[in-house]
Amino acid sequence: MKDVDIINVLKYEAVIGLEVHAQMLTDTKIFCSCSTKFGSEPDTQTCPVCIGMPGALPVLNKKALEFIIKTGLTMNCKISPYSRFARKNYFYPDLPKGYQITQYELPICEHGYVEIAVDGEIKRIGIIRIHMEEDAGKTIHEGEGNYSLVDLNRAGVPLMEIVSEPDIRSPREAMEYMKKLRTILRYLGVCDGNMEQGSLRCDANVSVRPAEQKEFGVKTEIKNLNSFKFVEKALEYEIKRQVKILEEGGKIKQETRLWNSERGITESMRTKEEAHDYRYFPEPDLVPIIVDQKWIDEIQASLPELPDIKRKRFVSEYGLAEYDADLLTSERPLADWYEEAVRLGGQPKAVSNWIMVELMRLLNEENKSIEGCTLKPKQLVDMFKLIEKGTISGKIAKTVFEEMYKTGKDAEDIVRDKGLEQISDEAAIDKAIDDVIAMHPKEVERFRAGEEKLIGFFVGQVMKLTKGKANPKMVNELLKKKLS
Amino acid sequence: MRISKEEIEHIASLARLYLSEEEKELFGSQLSSILDYMEKLNELDTKDIEPTSHVLPLSNVMRDDTLGYSIPRSDALMNAPDRTDKFYRVPKIIK
Repeated sequence: MKDVDIINVLKYEAVIGLEVHAQMLTDTKIFCSCSTKFGSEPDTQTCPVCIGMPGALPVLNKKALEFIIKTGLTMNCKISPYSRFARKNYFYPDLPKGYQITQYELPICEHGYVEIAVDGEIKRIGIIRIHMEEDAGKTIHEGEGNYSLVDLNRAGVPLMEIVSEPDIRSPREAMEYMKKLRTILRYLGVCDGNMEQGSLRCDANVSVRPAEQKEFGVKTEIKNLNSFKFVEKALEYEIKRQVKILEEGGKIKQETRLWNSERGITESMRTKEEAHDYRYFPEPDLVPIIVDQKWIDEIQASLPELPDIKRKRFVSEYGLAEYDADLLTSERPLADWYEEAVRLGGQPKAVSNWIMVELMRLLNEENKSIEGCTLKPKQLVDMFKLIEKGTISGKIAKTVFEEMYKTGKDAEDIVRDKGLEQISDEAAIDKAIDDVIAMHPKEVERFRAGEEKLIGFFVGQVMKLTKGKANPKMVNELLKKKLS
Repeated sequence: MRISKEEIEHIASLARLYLSEEEKELFGSQLSSILDYMEKLNELDTKDIEPTSHVLPLSNVMRDDTLGYSIPRSDALMNAPDRTDKFYRVPKIIK
């Protein structure tokens, strides 16, 4: 598609609502005691309940209900005192019963919101509802000719569906909202947020309207947005597509579209006329859920400190910059790692710097998260002590840190084994300086003629000669003395 | 209450049933008379009666999140009309 003139896009406003499916981190499925483990051999984690054998009866997993109440409370929802399940009827090979057990007119959580920050502005995105349902199985279409293969391990894995109000106005906001949900779900420990493995999935409803218009335009639904980047890219594409149609005097068709990440476009999947008629009705195999205030209070009291609050505390308590606090609190284990190092005596800003610069770099190189990190906060703090004592320089510390990260050894052992102690012996540094001066007579002349910025060059040469181990402060002082 | 031919066709297609013209006529009139019969319930005044979604006076029947037994794959696949050694196999359908 040809890019639509940016002016045309600006004349319109996008209206976006997201439906997010999050797989809950329970050990067992929502209505039976089969494992939810990802990546097992196909069709080895099923039983009569989740493969829909006649007469098998579902029983609700209490943990799944607790998880969804936790999530609802965190997202400022009203928890319904009375809730029930419904059947959504349709045929597809990944749905063994011919219906999905979900919630319809009485979801467990309603009327909440989350706050996102876009360009420093806080915006509130409403949550219409959060409900529980069972996941379907997995179909494999590729390489099987005229057949598809079905693996029902995932059938019956507990999902929560989080439906936002159409409060989102740009692809960027949609992505921030999605990231916010992921952070919250991971903090609560109710979902691992792994979009690649499909534990967090997103469908988007999007329409455009002339900027001054109040009524919503005709919307399309985009499916298969399995990364933050795709959420943003697909919406950008779809908004342009809709604006182009309207600008050319056409009409938007209400339809479901599929994001094709390879081609970077959305493609029509089915129109409204072909839309499903799900014939929802109350699920007779499951009894209603009544949640009393006492349980809600207990769950409320058990909630962890959430990212927004933690971030503000990191700024006020540790004097960190907003950006640093934001990154350090983006994942609970990272925030915990940070606070553990500070608790053990690490200077708050120094700990933050070492995490943000060195640790994140090393983790990113291996595509690892802090959870897979073997380096302990105590090891960083012990290394700080070596810097303070003057045993190693700040520069050498980077080498030591990397070595600690890679081998798991303590700083002291690394410094000893590799002979990285800082040279603070005046005679040794003097010798190195004399050598450097002898090797670079021209630069010495220029320096003495007033080119003072060359001091950096000399320091660099001395450090090179001492393999970075010379005490930089002493090198500076002694150099100045000798050169003047 | 009369069910239209279009409604019958819609319901049949949702259930993946393919009906002959005679069957559409037959089931149409049978479904109509069932609905007529159920219409009788509307003669009752249910203004003060809570809707029933469940006949048992029960709520909150739940289980703990404790791992139990799954069935062997060979048992799971046994009743399937078509299968490979690891999967159910179905005619190719793209949603």
